Amino acid sequence: MMATQNQYQWRRDKDGLGVWDHRGKVAVAGYGHSPVDRRWDERSMDQTLGAYTILACKLAMEDAGVTPAQIDGIICCDSHIAGGSGGTASNWAPRPYFDPPYDSELGLTLINGEWLAKVMELPNVKFAPTGVPTIGEMMGMAAQAVADGKCNTCLVIYPTGNLEGRYRRGGENAEDYAKGARQWVAPWGNHGGNDFINIFPHNQYCLKYGGTHDDLAPFVINQHRNGLLTPWGYNASHGLEQLTVEDYVTSRYILNPLRLWDCDRPVNASAAYLFTTAERARDMKQPPVYVLNHSQHNFPNRTTQPDLDEIEDWTDRAAKRMFEGAGLGPADVDIFNPYDGYATMTQFYLEAFQWHGVKRGDAFAFYADDIRVEGPHPFSSSGGNLGNGRTRTAMYTDSIQQLRGAAGPRQVTVRAETALAAFVTPSSGGWIMFGKHPS
Amino acid sequence: MPKIIPVADELSKTFWDGVNDKRLILQHCAACDRLQYPPKPACQFCGSGEKLEWKDVEGKGHISTYIVIEDGRLNRRMPDQPYNLALITLDEDTSVNFYSNLPGVPPYEVPVGSAVEVMFEEVAPDQLIHEWKVVG
Repeated sequence: MMATQNQYQWRRDKDGLGVWDHRGKVAVAGYGHSPVDRRWDERSMDQTLGAYTILACKLAMEDAGVTPAQIDGIICCDSHIAGGSGGTASNWAPRPYFDPPYDSELGLTLINGEWLAKVMELPNVKFAPTGVPTIGEMMGMAAQAVADGKCNTCLVIYPTGNLEGRYRRGGENAEDYAKGARQWVAPWGNHGGNDFINIFPHNQYCLKYGGTHDDLAPFVINQHRNGLLTPWGYNASHGLEQLTVEDYVTSRYILNPLRLWDCDRPVNASAAYLFTTAERARDMKQPPVYVLNHSQHNFPNRTTQPDLDEIEDWTDRAAKRMFEGAGLGPADVDIFNPYDGYATMTQFYLEAFQWHGVKRGDAFAFYADDIRVEGPHPFSSSGGNLGNGRTRTAMYTDSIQQLRGAAGPRQVTVRAETALAAFVTPSSGGWIMFGKHPS
Repeated sequence: MPKIIPVADELSKTFWDGVNDKRLILQHCAACDRLQYPPKPACQFCGSGEKLEWKDVEGKGHISTYIVIEDGRLNRRMPDQPYNLALITLDEDTSVNFYSNLPGVPPYEVPVGSAVEVMFEEVAPDQLIHEWKVVG
């Protein structure tokens, strides 16, 4: 049943690949979200990452109207989100485990396809690769796997774990020595992450185009507003109050000028999506949301720290790949859900994809305009990670809901026939383009 | 200021040996006459592996921009918070950059655009790292 993803060449990660051969032939037919908790309390067995993943999968299958016997593919990111430096998670095991199926780390803080197929009693899974990347690439992998006939009805799962303790303060972040790539950054204080990747270019952006860091405030606040319109998200489900400009500009610094509210909130949650062929999706419960293209990128750093020129070049190339593969251009994208795990990176994507005509240097003025979901420029209608917690899935779910016309109070008033979503850094990750129609 | 200690590997040993001799030596591609840092197995511009050599550089640069780490994730550096993290571009090739904590410069008082010069700081017995000091 199991296969390594290394054996399967599914990526569309080069320039000039042309229109995707399978454009409109794969669809998303369902999605499901678990509750979004701040942390797992390490005791409640109905709130483990495993329990939440099972719940998300059941909801996605129910949404699509699919039975367990129909599932023949599972693509599951098998790393908990905090990674090797994940807070106390790094130091947690070994410990007393629980009764099966929670008698190992699997199901508690880690999930993989094999474990899930077993505990969910999915008898016909024939494609469940290991070594699956994060959701930004995983969505493309699923689209390609269905298109290539590796499977026909595929669950795509992204578990995001968080335990007690400060996030990512364990593992190599707790070490006195820096090996490998870290030898070039950690001695000076860079722990290696999307925050550092983007904060220096963001400073250079402010200098080059004018503006200050606090020009991000309208964007961050609108993300929180959209989050409060998303019932499953952390902010809405925990009754958080709307963030204000005052809250934002007085929040403490993390990597000055990066503020607390520029950062997403780590959470414990899981989400699942059901991919199938367009043909099958038409007979399922929900209107199909077609995949028009997927693309990935992994641009190597030229030197220690990417600068603004590099970031703009990388994001331009990613945009070109996506548009070329989808056979669409900037004016064709109705819903735009770029990644926002740190608020300092989103302007690079907005300008690269030129959504609503935004060009290099225009983002802060755009943010200051009307970007509410009911307005003319409903930017990042999902609320992203900033508005929903660090699930890295809001961008996808909102895109699907918008194209179904089922986004509730977040439903945009402009046309909603195409949607672009991503979990990316400027240097790595992937984009996916959805369509209400197959072409 | 207990900094994190770099561990040299096969690819980086020459570089760190140079630093421990108070020399800044970078990879240079003789085929395309470009500098490269951090070191890689082949030239990132032309792909040549054979033409890569080590070259002493002058160690002069400028401060491009900076941040102040107030709540970082590295345990060993937490007692230093807040501290500067500046981005230094190398004058000999501005496509090469380095990090610096700018020893002696108080947090938040970084003279962006100023000239800097390489210096070396001990982070463990027999292990130096390259740092940068403001010279103008």
